[in-house]
Amino acid sequence: MSTDSKFIPKMIGIICNWCCYGGADLCGVSRFQYPPYIRLVRVMCSARVDMKHILRAFSNGADGVFIGGCHLSDCHYITQGNYYALNMVLVVKKIMEYMGISPNRLKIEWVSAGEGIRFANVMNEFGSEIKSLGPLGKGEGMNEEELKLKLKAISTLIPYIRVAINERLRVRFDTMEEYEQFYDGEEFARLYRELFADKLAISQIILLLREKPLSTGEISHVLGLTPSEISRHLTSSARHGLLRYEESRWRFALA
Amino acid sequence: MEKDLKKAGGQLVNNFTVGDFGDVMVVGGGISGIQAALDLATAGFKVYLVDSAPTIGGHMSQLDKTFPTNDCSMCIESPKFVECNRHPNIEIITYTEIDRIRGKAGDFKVTLIKKPRYIIESKCTGCTVCAEYCPVEYPDKFNQEISKNKAIHIYFAQAIPLKPYIDESCRYLQGKTCTICQGVCKSDAIDFTQTAEKIEVKVGAVILSPGFEPFDPRLREEYRYGEFENVVTSMDFERLLCATGPYEGEILRSSDKKHPHKIAWIHCVGSRQVTPGGNSYCSAVCCTYTQKQVILTKDHDAEAECTIFHNDIRSYGKDFERFYQRAENLPKVRFIRSYTSIVKENPETKNVTVRYSTYDEGIKEEEFNMVVLSVGLTPPNDFKELADKCGIELTAHGFCKVNPVNPMETSRPGIFVSGAFQGPVDIPESVVTASGAGSQCGELLSYRRGKLSKERVYPPERDAAGEEPRVGVYVCHCGANIGRVVDVPSAVEYALTLPNVVHAEDNLFICSSESAAMLAKDIRERGLNRVVVAACTPRTHEPLFRDTLREAGINQYYFDMANIREHCSWVHSKEKEAATQKAKEIIRMAVARVCHLEPLEEFDLPLNKRVLVVGGGVAGMTSALSIANQGHDVYLVEKDTDLGGTARRIHYTLEGLDVQAYLHDLTKKVYQHPLVHVYTDASIAEATGYVGNFTTKVESQGRVLEIKHGATVIATGAEVYRPTEYLYGEDDRVMTHLELEEEIAKGNEKVTGAESIVMIQCVGCRNEDRNYCSRICCSESIKNALKLKEINPEMDIYILFRDIRTYGLKEDYYREAAGKDVRFIRYEPEAKPEVEAGESDEGRPVLKVIVPDYILGKKLEIDADIVALAAAVVPSEERKEISQFFKVTLGPDEFFQEAHAKLRPVDFGAEGVYMCGIAHYPKLISETVSQAYGAAGRVLTLLSHDTFVASGSVCSVNEDYCLSCGACIAACKYGAIEFHETPQGRKAFVNPILCKGDGLCNSVCPTGAIQLKHYTDEELLAQIDARFIDFSIR
Repeated sequence: MSTDSKFIPKMIGIICNWCCYGGADLCGVSRFQYPPYIRLVRVMCSARVDMKHILRAFSNGADGVFIGGCHLSDCHYITQGNYYALNMVLVVKKIMEYMGISPNRLKIEWVSAGEGIRFANVMNEFGSEIKSLGPLGKGEGMNEEELKLKLKAISTLIPYIRVAINERLRVRFDTMEEYEQFYDGEEFARLYRELFADKLAISQIILLLREKPLSTGEISHVLGLTPSEISRHLTSSARHGLLRYEESRWRFALA
Repeated sequence: MEKDLKKAGGQLVNNFTVGDFGDVMVVGGGISGIQAALDLATAGFKVYLVDSAPTIGGHMSQLDKTFPTNDCSMCIESPKFVECNRHPNIEIITYTEIDRIRGKAGDFKVTLIKKPRYIIESKCTGCTVCAEYCPVEYPDKFNQEISKNKAIHIYFAQAIPLKPYIDESCRYLQGKTCTICQGVCKSDAIDFTQTAEKIEVKVGAVILSPGFEPFDPRLREEYRYGEFENVVTSMDFERLLCATGPYEGEILRSSDKKHPHKIAWIHCVGSRQVTPGGNSYCSAVCCTYTQKQVILTKDHDAEAECTIFHNDIRSYGKDFERFYQRAENLPKVRFIRSYTSIVKENPETKNVTVRYSTYDEGIKEEEFNMVVLSVGLTPPNDFKELADKCGIELTAHGFCKVNPVNPMETSRPGIFVSGAFQGPVDIPESVVTASGAGSQCGELLSYRRGKLSKERVYPPERDAAGEEPRVGVYVCHCGANIGRVVDVPSAVEYALTLPNVVHAEDNLFICSSESAAMLAKDIRERGLNRVVVAACTPRTHEPLFRDTLREAGINQYYFDMANIREHCSWVHSKEKEAATQKAKEIIRMAVARVCHLEPLEEFDLPLNKRVLVVGGGVAGMTSALSIANQGHDVYLVEKDTDLGGTARRIHYTLEGLDVQAYLHDLTKKVYQHPLVHVYTDASIAEATGYVGNFTTKVESQGRVLEIKHGATVIATGAEVYRPTEYLYGEDDRVMTHLELEEEIAKGNEKVTGAESIVMIQCVGCRNEDRNYCSRICCSESIKNALKLKEINPEMDIYILFRDIRTYGLKEDYYREAAGKDVRFIRYEPEAKPEVEAGESDEGRPVLKVIVPDYILGKKLEIDADIVALAAAVVPSEERKEISQFFKVTLGPDEFFQEAHAKLRPVDFGAEGVYMCGIAHYPKLISETVSQAYGAAGRVLTLLSHDTFVASGSVCSVNEDYCLSCGACIAACKYGAIEFHETPQGRKAFVNPILCKGDGLCNSVCPTGAIQLKHYTDEELLAQIDARFIDFSIR
């Protein structure tokens, strides 16, 4: 929890034209007030929002990212695109959580074009939530280097994550509660371990070694994983020819 | 010019304009008039849209939300205002009454009286400074006189024209004591010398769409409206619910400005009443709008206690039944079936006491914080005068008299009617009849289509693709709306420091027509190739500026808007510094994006002018004829050996129409029409293509025929449920209501000579399997009952019902049946009637029908000779096939799903495909005819052009990155993406005509190979990066 009262959050929202943007417009027409932290980007459907956009915003130092769409089953398009957006956002939130970045910095909400007051409420709540989380990284007790490494590690895996969602994680429920239950549940935890945990660790290791050769202990210190986990990743990566062990320096380096 | 002064319409007229010439005049600018005007103008006619109010919009603009989707009413209606305003073939004339229609069909002379606004519209910029300074406050009509507005004001924020008018309460108009507004108006737009103006317009046809007037409960004292402060009408309540309403969206009592927690609604106020002051008909919309108000009240205050005192609940429309259940299942909501009276007002709390009675508890009194009267719909004000001026006949209720098989046709040829002047109808019906009336005008005036209409002509486009971006930034003050909060000059200065910006300036109203001309000039003279307008929302104004870019000769997609009003000045009005900073950043983001934008081409696709109509019932035939009468070849495909559909089984209507004679006549017209090509015994084997270019293979009598067509009308009808209950199929004395009708028509004496007939309603619907009301069955049973009573007045007829749903003008027949001793007995779904074979006391073999009687509190046993079941209307068997062939969707009950429940009731989401008749939802013949004409009208808006314009913002594939995984193809429900073979193997390929530009495929593509133009990653990421330009850890 940050108590820095001078902290002005940097926030960005990517919202759909038909509902949420309309709600934001109506909010203006109705003169409902909210804090001036957020800047909005308009897309035609929340389904257009890509995890690349979200990660780019965080890499740029966004303290909070907001995705807004039509209420579930109210999508303007017959694709029901907002379900796709929801799936993607919930996966990214989970990855953030496992990586030690507060998932509350990423929010997805549904606001209809008639819900001006709701848009203001959502902005007010999200604004104060981000305020209480503090600046990105600092709020997590993470230094800039670490944060940069983690975001980059995730960004590198974007194509892989997209495929994983398409093939393994495309769930469809009727309500937000069911979605949350699934993503907080056992099955997702297992899938996460199976699909993402190793990939993200290796992605980070390779990014680290790109800078300079490091020992198991050094890597374990930076990533916050146990030395035995690290050495498992190192061995398997070495077996795949991604890196090599420099015996002279007792360090691992990129192959 | 003293001698020119004339007295007209009770007003002094000193101006007389003659010589205006058009095709159609639409009288009334509510949603129905707007739709009629847009359809006709798009279909190549010049239209005058006349409204007596200071703006178009009608009653729909006053509603908070619309049932059953709870869409924001203004949000869905106001884009239509803008469309009307910008249409080159629509001339809007507001604050104007109709004076006289002379002449005949094809050649009418209409005189209009334009009331003085006291504003020179051409000079006024709509800045509203005048209203700010005006010292006079008077009750605001738009807000149902709950709050006040100034004597000079704009009717509402989205008004068209967006110009104020001066009310009679003005001090100058009353005694020449105040001219403040003249003093503060910088444009000299106020002119107190204006007087009423008489205008004469020649047109070929007229559509009357004057709408309705809400019932005035003052006419019946017992409602205490105007006497008890916390008794309001449902129209008042709409305004209370609305964010732009008197208390900015807070529901408050006028007595103490506190939130009411316990609210009662009283149904049927001014409807279904034969006592003086009331109306005998049902107003058709009140049950469902009350449910909407309950749902919205609970949204405002989850703890609110809502009580609805009702008679029958008439959830007869599409999705109404679910909507009713949604309202009913909310906590602390009670639906009580009871008559009521408003007893007293507590002198201290101003709470209102309502007396009511229930079967189990008897008479009770209960106090409420607020009572809402669900008032009905009545004919428009001065309907008698209006009829007189137009030379048309009225019904006894004061609605427009129409042809029973063509509800848009008035008693005077060439004058048509749409919307609630036909009788009480809801918004979709008003829109349907507007399109339908439009189609009939088109039939009448087809010979002059396109003669007066204008197409916009644009200069050739300059190719700026190779140029460095040269961005012009225009920052709008929006009067004081932006300028009062955001430091506009400093935003302009800042914009000049941004890369690629070569020009920036501020403007008082960038949307005014002068500013648009200036902008176009700037683009040419300063050689701009990108434009950013920092002003209001692109949702309403982007089309305007894109149009300006086209006029200036650069690609319209080189444009972006920075929304610094709705998203900035209006929502941060107390934080001027922060708002200015935010405005600058929003501009920076827009500039970043605009530099990456690419010129996009909109496709002009050739249109095939032929039409395929699937289904040869009343809907298909009527639609086919109306289209053919406007010069297009129509292919009418019917699966049966004969045309006629379900109507072949119907013999008479409630209103007494001989259906078979009508059907015979209609079928003859279809067969005789040279442009209608009929294929019976036909089925569809294959359908491909898209709007303007469909190819359909039809198998008919052993031949396969390939039809190329530009538009498709789906009129595949529906079927009757085959009951499995009540001994149907086991005992031949049990039949469906349609079978009963056929037996009556045949003169089967077992039926007409029966001693007793029992009709059971809601068989096979309003249950778990089919959660909808079949809409027509109550009318059907009452129709049969009346016919039987006519033949055999001695017959005992019982109708066992759940709710009698004789909505609208059909209520009178319900009353007639009750008056003729048809006995109506209500049953609950938990205790359905039982039918078994038995004997009467006299030993006559009968069917015993056992049903609880709630009024008498005991079980009734009725001896029946015949039991008729009101079997549900069920979706047709071919629905799934048809929906796949034409890529159109089915709703939750598997009837075809319209593009928008309210405003696009005959369109499909897929362009170029329309629907009509009971394929959409159960409906009566007259309603089917309306929709058939409506579909024809919509078809003509498409086919009156030679080409069809498709958006340039569609997806395209970079084949180098495409992995052929098919994720995009699986995600795109529009079927816009397919694989095609390339030298590098299979690659995804987008058909730009089918692509709707939502961009879902982009986010499922693993490699980013597929990109939505105008929203590419490059463009969006540039915009995102620009948000953080001063801080980057990347």
